[in-house]
Formats: sequence, C-alpha cells, structure tokens
Amino acid sequence: MRFMMLIIPKGYETAKPGIVPDAKAVAAMMKYNESLQKAGVLLAVDGLHPPSVGARVSFPGGKAKVTDGPFAEVKEVIGGYWMIQVKSREEAIEWASRCPGSENEVIEIRQVQEMSDFPADVREAAAGFAEMQQKAGR
Amino acid sequence: MTASETHRAINAVWRIESPRLIAGLARMVRDVGLAEELAQDALVVALEQWPETGVPNNPGAWLMATAKNRAIDQLRRRKRLEQKHEEIGHEMETQQSTSTPDIEAAIDDDVGDDLLRLVFTSCHPVLSTEARVALTLRLLGGLTTEEIARAFLVSEPTIAQRIVRAKRTLADEKVPFEVPRGAELAARLSSVLEVIYLIFNEGYSATSGDDWMRPALCEDALRLGRILAGLAPNEPEVHGLVALMEIQASRSAARTKPNDEPILLLDQNRARWDRLLIGRGLAALERAEKLGGAGGPYALQAAIAACHARALTAPDTDWSRIAVLYYALMQRAPSPVVELNRAVAVGMAFGPAAALEIVDALTSEGSLAGYHLLPTVRGDLLFKLGRLDEAKKDFERAASMTRNAREQTLLLERAAACKKSGAN
Repeated sequence: MRFMMLIIPKGYETAKPGIVPDAKAVAAMMKYNESLQKAGVLLAVDGLHPPSVGARVSFPGGKAKVTDGPFAEVKEVIGGYWMIQVKSREEAIEWASRCPGSENEVIEIRQVQEMSDFPADVREAAAGFAEMQQKAGR
Repeated sequence: MTASETHRAINAVWRIESPRLIAGLARMVRDVGLAEELAQDALVVALEQWPETGVPNNPGAWLMATAKNRAIDQLRRRKRLEQKHEEIGHEMETQQSTSTPDIEAAIDDDVGDDLLRLVFTSCHPVLSTEARVALTLRLLGGLTTEEIARAFLVSEPTIAQRIVRAKRTLADEKVPFEVPRGAELAARLSSVLEVIYLIFNEGYSATSGDDWMRPALCEDALRLGRILAGLAPNEPEVHGLVALMEIQASRSAARTKPNDEPILLLDQNRARWDRLLIGRGLAALERAEKLGGAGGPYALQAAIAACHARALTAPDTDWSRIAVLYYALMQRAPSPVVELNRAVAVGMAFGPAAALEIVDALTSEGSLAGYHLLPTVRGDLLFKLGRLDEAKKDFERAASMTRNAREQTLLLERAAACKKSGAN
C-alpha cells in the first residue's frame, strides 16, 4: 500500500517567493530521505515552492476562477511530500516519526486510494469510464 | 496508546528493523538461525516492555542492544563451546562500546555490508529454491511465517519447517556469512535475482479473489529489489531486474477486467498504467545501461517492457526495436518461448511472412509441442496472410491444448471467424 506523507510547515503560508531553506535542515532531511531509499520504501519525494508564487483555481458556479498566491484565508499549506510504499498504516506512521522535523512542522499521513479499495459497482463504473476515454481517444 | 496499538507499532518497527538487526547479529554469532532467534527474543522483550514504557526513541538501537545482551548471556551460560563463545563474547563486548558507528560504518562499506551478506546467505545455492524464497521473505522481507504461508497458499507448519530446515542446512554446510567475490559473485548474484523475481511473479499471478498477501508479494519483491540496488549499486543486472519489476508493476491496474479476465498488453488502457512506476523503471534501466549492462538478461527484458511503456498508444510501439532486443535475449539466454515472442515482434515489425518462418522453425524443432500459444501465434499469422483454412486448424488445435475455458472460447471464436471470412 502507498501513503503520501505531506509536510506542513507553519509559516509557509506567508513565506516570500524564493525562500531558501536552512542548509543544516536540508542535510538532515537528505539523510532521512536516504534512509527511506535504502529501506526500499521511497517512491518519490519533492519539495514545493511557497504559495506566494502559486495560484488557486476555484469553481464558483461551475466556472474556473484563478486567484494568485499568497492566500490570505489559508492557515496551513503543504511544503512537500513523500510517496512511500509500505506494509501497513503503522509502518507509515513509524517512518514519519523518524523524520527530523522541527518544532513548527507537521506531517500528515494519507493512504493512496487503490481500485481494490472500492466496491465492485464503483470499480465497474471506473472501468467503463476508462473504456469510454480510450474510445474517445481513438 | 492502547496495548493493541502498541503491538501494531511494534510490528511496524519489526518490519523496518529486523533485516538489519538479524544481519548485524549474524555477523557477530556467525549463524543466521541463531541470529534470528536472538532478534526474536529481543522482539518478545519489546512486546512485554513497550506497552508499559512506550516505544523508545531509537527502537532499532534498543532492539540491537537487547539482542546483544541476550546473546552474551546465552553464550556465557552454555559451557560446551566455551572457547569459541568467549572469543565471540569478547568481540561483541568490544563492538558494543562502539556499536552505532560500527553499524553505520558497516552499512557504508560497500563490500562488508551485513545486509548484503544476509541476502547472499538467504539465497545460497545449497538451499532449494523454495527454501531460499521462504528464508528471504522471512529474514529480509520481515514477513511472518503465517504471512508467507498465506501468500504461497501452503500451510503454516510447511513454511515453518521449510525455514527451520533451511537454517539447519546453512549451519550444517557451514555456509560462511559473507559476500562472495570474484568469479563466484556472478553466479551467486543471479541466484539472488532469481529469488526476488520469483517472489514478484508469484504476486503478479494472483487474482482478486486471492488473499491480499499474494498480490502484496509484488511489493515485497520490489522492496527487496530496491534495497539490493542500494546495497550493490554497481551491479547492472540488479538495476535491470528492478527496472523490469517496476515497469511490469506499472501495468497492474490495467491488466484485468473487474471480473479478473486478463486484458492483453496491446488492449490495455494505457491511461491506467502507473506513470510513477514507469518513470522509476526507465530510470533504473538507464542506470543498468550506464553501467554497461544493456546486454544482461534482466536489462534486455526491461528494455522490451520499456518499449511498451514508452509507447503512448499501442500502434506507437517500436516493434523493430523489440524484435532486435528479443534477438539479443535469444543470444544471451536462449529459450523457445523467447523465440516465439521474437516471432510476434518480427510479425508486427516486418509482416507475418517473416514471422511465420520463425514459428515454423520452432514447430519443427518440437520443444514447444504442448504449448498452446505456438499454434495460437501461428494461426494469427496465417490469418493475416489470408490462409484461412490453415489458420482455422491452428486455432482449433490451440483450443484443444489450453485448459483455460475462457481462452478456449476465444480461440474457438477465432476459428469460427476463419470459416466465416473464408465463405466470403
């Protein structure tokens, strides 16, 4: 099973564009990432630029509306993520606990949905949808 | 944390730490079986204490320290191998004082890695293939005997006995706890890769009705492969195998209908292929090729899988490259099944007539006599050449050879289609 570990650094919601992370913290994080890789559990890892250079697309009345960052009303934002493949939710938690996080950081663990998580009718619908997409593409 | 939550947390710690723990202990006591017992003993202590005290900050180091203490106690208590024990006990006490840097150093040391030694020992050719698989999953995958039994659809006592016997064999044969060197390395490495790929294929052949432990074997094998790639980064075939497994695994959501009916590669919805795994597979293949391993059997199979992965639609497939890769695979690891696959690729790239020559050579050679895919492929080629009466016979022959009812129906339908077209 796959889990996404989302890191939420407090204060990142107002961080300036081009913010540079602390070299020491980066070195510790690299070591942590290496341990995930050596254990064969790491599928992907990325850090994200702050929301001040991001944008949000919302859909009021079903129409796309773009808002440039930073977003005044948002209290928590994602600073990066890991995608890991492990045996259980507890293993994901154990890996997250080993992260050299700082006082202002939180890691949220979310399991990635797989087709097999859904009941048969949803799977059928998804298969039908996929077929439809394929036909439309041809 | 409730007691059951703590137990689950301990299981997670075990999954993560047990391979390193067993490997480190095996180096000290020079016996994989004893090392595992000591590690298990430490686990029992953790299960007793952690629900009270909570999980320690560095659970791996805690388990290692506990196991070492048990080892020293046990060795002191047993008198008959006094001399040897004193030696080892002394060695361990010395190691203990500098334990953490030692372990770190060992892991960074590319030849002297305990985990790598454990991999080679678990996959030692003195053991049967079944025993290698069970021992590898147990010692390196961190799976319980019960989980292995469920995954392989055999009883738990069978697996338990297989593991006990394997450990005894390793001890009786005095298999050294080491990484093979020189000429031996290549053969021993191929035994390791074979075990990992076998685990992967066992998982890949599972169906949705099976216990979830079975398909999970694919993930276990991938994890082992990725670990091995980190331990032996200069071995191109390790990256070749990882590439092959990543790319094959990328198709798992697309390869069956909801009712478990298989979907052929060319008919799969490529939007459902996992791009993350494809990307990882292509990167691993590149590493294998950069290390000069493009011609290795796993790298070649991965390169063939990569041709499919790179094609955004089935008609985009680079069949002439696939035909070349199958030719290279035939030179390296000849087998009639590979040759049949080459024929299919040649047929797609250069037309059915060229492919038919290869298939006819295979037919007269005779080693695939009982294999229904031979007349299936031949029937398809004849059909494309407009030789419908002959195609019909081949499809019917193939239908009579397969035991899969669904496949039989499909083949009989193709045979019937020959008749219809023939009447036109």
